[in-house]
Amino acid sequence: MSQNLYVARSSAVAARKLGGEMMIMSGRDSTLFTLDEVATIIWESANGLVTLDEIVERRICAEFDVEPASAARDAKTLAEALAQHGILLISREPILDSNARIGSAK
Amino acid sequence: MSGLMQEMAGKALKLGTPLSVHLDVTYRCNERCVHCYLDHEDHGEITTAEIKDLLNQLAGAGVFFLTLSGGEILLRKDFFEILEYARELTFCVKLKSNAIIIREGEAQRIRSLGVESIQVSIYSHRPEVHDAITGVKGSLKRSLEAIQFLKSHGLKVIIANVLMVQNHEDYPSVRALAAELGVQSTLDPTITPKMDGDRSVLNLNVDRLELEQVFRDESLVGNVPEFCATSSKPDDDELESLPCSAGHTSCYISPYGDVYPCVQFPLPSGNIRSQRFLDIWRNSTQLNEVRSIRLRDLPSCSKCTHGSSCTRCPGLAYMEGNMRGPSIQDCEKSFARTGIPSENLLSRKASISPLIQIQSLRDIGAGLGPIVGQSAC
Repeated sequence: MSQNLYVARSSAVAARKLGGEMMIMSGRDSTLFTLDEVATIIWESANGLVTLDEIVERRICAEFDVEPASAARDAKTLAEALAQHGILLISREPILDSNARIGSAK
Repeated sequence: MSGLMQEMAGKALKLGTPLSVHLDVTYRCNERCVHCYLDHEDHGEITTAEIKDLLNQLAGAGVFFLTLSGGEILLRKDFFEILEYARELTFCVKLKSNAIIIREGEAQRIRSLGVESIQVSIYSHRPEVHDAITGVKGSLKRSLEAIQFLKSHGLKVIIANVLMVQNHEDYPSVRALAAELGVQSTLDPTITPKMDGDRSVLNLNVDRLELEQVFRDESLVGNVPEFCATSSKPDDDELESLPCSAGHTSCYISPYGDVYPCVQFPLPSGNIRSQRFLDIWRNSTQLNEVRSIRLRDLPSCSKCTHGSSCTRCPGLAYMEGNMRGPSIQDCEKSFARTGIPSENLLSRKASISPLIQIQSLRDIGAGLGPIVGQSAC
C-alpha cells in the first residue's frame, strides 16, 4: 500500500481536461504531459486532504475492474513520477497551504 | 511544435475546443512604436468583473493557453488581480509586454504566479534605434533591466523582434544579446496593417532583397537549401488542409470584448458583453465561415506553386479585402524565400499595363481615336 501518502496538485502547473484526458504543463520547465483517464481521476482527486490509498479505494476501484493491491502500486508509481516533474506533491501529512504548493514546484 | 502538442491540437480541432485564446486586456500603452497596429485610446475596456467572468467561461470552454497582451498589460491597475485569477483557473499563461515598468517586485510576483513565459519586445541592441522605434527615450535600458529581473527569478523570457526598415541590420546583434542574457529570441518579418485598415505602416516592411538575405541566414532558418526549396503545387490532401488555427482552435478577444478569429484577423465575430463566449465560438456565422475554408477554396493560392509551403495569413488576406484571397505580404515572402513569384504576383504583373500606351495607327482603325492614352490603372 502507499503508506497513507497525501497527494496534492501543484499550483505551479497549468492544467485542462481535453476529451477526458488531462493536459498538464509543468511550471518548472514547460514540459507538456497528458494523463489518461485513470491518472486524470487521481490528479483531480489530489486535493492534499485525502491519501492516495483513499483515492484508489473510493475512485479507482469503485469505477474500474482492477485488483486493489495492483491499483495501489500503479497509483504510487504514477504519483512518484508526477512528483519528480514537480506537478504533484507527496507528503505524509495533509497538504494545506496552496501558496506553499506554488513555491514548491519552482 | 512537439509531437504531443500536435496531438493535443489535433484532438482540440476534432472536438471543436478553443485550445488557445489571446486576450488583449488594454490597448493603452506607454510606448508609441512606429509599426504598431493599435489605437491606444481607451474606448471602454472590459472591467475586472467582466474579465473574471470571461476567464471562467474560457476555462469552461476548455481553453488551455491564455496569452495576455495589449497595449501594455501592466498599465491596467488590476493586472495582477487578473493574472492571479487566471492562474487559479489553471490556464497556461503567456504574457507579452514591453516590460519597461517591470522591476524586481513585479518580476517576483509574475514568477510566483506560475506564468509560463513572458515575451518582451526588443528591436535593436542600439538605444538610438530601439528608442526611436518605441518613441520612448531610455526604453531599451529599462526593458533590458526588466529582462534581467525576470530571468533572475527563473522566468522563461523570449525577446521578440520585428524586422523593419529602421532595424533590419540589427537582428544578428539582438540575437547575440538574447544569447548573452540567456533568453530565447524570435524575429518576425511581418508588419501588420492597423486594425482600422490603415496600410501606411506597411511602408516599414523591409524590401525583397533584405528579406532574401534574412531567409538565407543559416543561424535563423537552419538548413537554407531546405528552407528555400520550392514545393510543387498542392496535392489533393493539401488542398483539403486548413489555412491556420485561427477560428479553429484559437481566437482573439479585444479589450472591448470583441471576438475575432485572430489578433491579425479583425473579422468581428461577436462580443462577450452581449453573448456567452461559447455561444460565439460555436455559432458565430463569421467563425463558421472561416472554419469552412480549405486551401481548395482559395482561387489563387490553390493553384500556386507555393500553395503547400506558403505562410499565407488569412487575416492579412482579409485585411487586403478577401479572406479567400492571397496575402501580398506572404506572396513577397515566398518570392524572397524561393526566388519564384507566386501565382498572385504573376497575375498582378500580367495585369499591370504600362502607364503610357502607344497604339499603332493600324489598331486605331480609321484613325479616329487617340494615339496616346493613359491606362486605367
